[in-house]
Amino acid sequence: MSSNLFKLVGRTVLAGGALAAMVATGPAIAKDTINVGIASFLTGPAAGPFGVPGRNGAELVIDAINAGTLPAPYAKAGFAGAKMNPIFVDESGGNAKQVGEYRNLVEKRGVDAVLGYISSGTCMAITPVAEELKKLTVLSVCGTPRVFEESNRTYVFRTQAHAVGDSIAAARYVLDKFKDQKGYTGINQNYAWGQDSYKFFDITMKKLAADTKASDNPQFPKIFAGQYGTEISTLSLDPAKLVHTSFWGGDIEAFVLQALVRGFFKDKQVISSVGGSAVDSLGKKFPDGVVMGTRGEYGLLVRNKDEPLNKWFVNEYKKRYNAYPLGPSYQYASSVLAYKIAMDAAAEKAGGFPTQDQTMAALKGLSWQSFGGKVSLSLADGHQAVHPVGYGITKWDKDKKEPSVSDVKFYAPGCIYAPAGQKSADWLAAGMPGAKC
Amino acid sequence: MVSMAWNDKTIRWAIIGFALLAAAGWLLPTWILNNVMFGLARGLAVLGLLVLWRTGLVSFGHALYFGLGAYAVALLEKYGGVTDVFLKFGAAIIVAGVFGFLLGFVLRNYRAIFFAMLSLAFSMVLYGVLVKMEVLGSTDGFSVTQNTILGWKPDGKYPLFCFIVLTCVIALSAVQLYLKSALGHLTTAIRDNELRVEYLGYSVARAIHVKYLASACLAGAAGGAMAMALGQVDPDSMVNWTVSGELVFITIMSGAGSVVAPFIGAIVFEFIRTYAFELAPQAWQLIVGGTLLAIIFFLPGGIWSLLEKPWAKGEADNG
Repeated sequence: MSSNLFKLVGRTVLAGGALAAMVATGPAIAKDTINVGIASFLTGPAAGPFGVPGRNGAELVIDAINAGTLPAPYAKAGFAGAKMNPIFVDESGGNAKQVGEYRNLVEKRGVDAVLGYISSGTCMAITPVAEELKKLTVLSVCGTPRVFEESNRTYVFRTQAHAVGDSIAAARYVLDKFKDQKGYTGINQNYAWGQDSYKFFDITMKKLAADTKASDNPQFPKIFAGQYGTEISTLSLDPAKLVHTSFWGGDIEAFVLQALVRGFFKDKQVISSVGGSAVDSLGKKFPDGVVMGTRGEYGLLVRNKDEPLNKWFVNEYKKRYNAYPLGPSYQYASSVLAYKIAMDAAAEKAGGFPTQDQTMAALKGLSWQSFGGKVSLSLADGHQAVHPVGYGITKWDKDKKEPSVSDVKFYAPGCIYAPAGQKSADWLAAGMPGAKC
Repeated sequence: MVSMAWNDKTIRWAIIGFALLAAAGWLLPTWILNNVMFGLARGLAVLGLLVLWRTGLVSFGHALYFGLGAYAVALLEKYGGVTDVFLKFGAAIIVAGVFGFLLGFVLRNYRAIFFAMLSLAFSMVLYGVLVKMEVLGSTDGFSVTQNTILGWKPDGKYPLFCFIVLTCVIALSAVQLYLKSALGHLTTAIRDNELRVEYLGYSVARAIHVKYLASACLAGAAGGAMAMALGQVDPDSMVNWTVSGELVFITIMSGAGSVVAPFIGAIVFEFIRTYAFELAPQAWQLIVGGTLLAIIFFLPGGIWSLLEKPWAKGEADNG
């Protein structure tokens, strides 16, 4: 009896193994739905300014693609014909937790791909795991150049340009617009994003305008400190007129409100690289004349850009969520769109539903018209995106009763990113050789 | 020593249970294997807190040692190129032990809320240092990707899982034997009446110091195991006060009834968190917190009290 049972088990295992081998080597089976994990901050301080707008941007575009209502040339319904079932997950709780949750997404819930991620820390943490588990992962927002500069990646892509360009573009913009300044300083949160943002801004300023004095006392308050009285006083006493900040979310709102009552914006020229959410949330209270960036052709800077895809996105987003799409909404939407384009192209090439490898091959080096502008995966062997990055000057539009920007200027990728194969820090230190502006 | 351990009922059953777990690990899907591994790693730290808790001390700062262990592993790999699991794990315990021994001189003089808050303060000092220093990875931390066992680079996580299971059995047996020793019996005595213990001729300060050192080493081991199992260290997941809070949370949830309880509690915690996260991505913390409230209200003895009752007769002598 028991030996028969053993034989039966043995045969079943053998047959199962053979079947599995056949599935692994044969063409992919067409699917009606694909499951895709979409990670963004749904709780905590980064949910309001980044996570939720990002999630909404993804949701809007996924629904439109599933229904086939996206404007041309993306009107074809589905991802290689399949509907996407998004699994939204929370990015908060620390890197270690995210690594665990990423494993759960792939190994427990069996997703076809993972999109999203906002924090550079999370991206750095999950990238090696994505490579280990061999799962296509498209990063949407995070900025650190280390993701692709420290090692070559096979399964990880990023549809957002890295953060070095944000700082270089900021420095170029202030030098273009405010030539004769008596030096610069900064107020940035004391963690990786804040430290890096100011570091790259500082190096670029030193390379491009050696006679502009760097303050010896830039401020690095704790993240989420909320009270900046001391820092504002210190910055006010500093002779430097330009103040760089990479504050975001509640911190930029608190800083702006506290600086406003101290008359800070009358004396200082503030340059904010990601404070876009505060412009909308503070509305009329947000001071005019602040240099504001959105990390690409997104949000405030392209709100009135007259292109069909952008108009569709802004209108539909406003209709559904009763707010303007912010930078992260565009960034998530862009990742979803890139994934669709790659799936469709791979399906066409393969003549059937594409495998992950075929989708990745189609995604590699892809160049596409996204909602705000053109994006190209041209760095890191076709895995890392570049696109223009711009800044503008904030102004409250009294007639429309909404924020607006003037003097918008975008810098082409060739001007702000190290050429393929070079590390950003080395390229900056060498004085940005070959930059085409 | 070995026969003494085998004669102890708790240890005997734990060895059998963990051996079965190690065998089951071979068949488990990877995600379950991972969650059990995380649970076991965290359970090591909770075991240390259990020793303190039985003495009447609650530490809100054991993330200090958890973090030291985790960072010892990560830094040794990043800057020293060491990948061997035994070396990294040993380093985690030694680093945590040295700090625990030194800080023990200060902390052994404090009780109750003062002990809890002072340990919290020390852990936040480490957090502050890590966040501000780029060479230590700042808020992003490092990846821990290479795990080798005596020169052999295994494919998959199963060998590491077995290593962690083995560590847990050894730690659990050692703590059980300690608690049954004369010094160990002082644990509850100190909680009940310190003055009497002093009159019996024992130094309370020294007894607490030993327990504190043991709990620091266990938390260091836990951090080291966690870093290797997870493949990532960063201040928010390893050193922040929320990590200390989580460990206390699991201690309360598990109950102090047995040295096995921390491991059961920690594994249950991992699964509650995984499912809460899956079911309610926007409110998972609420589910986790609600579970603790429910346990405090309805199971004041923790999860262990559910298992304890049927065995109560046989286990009574183990306290």
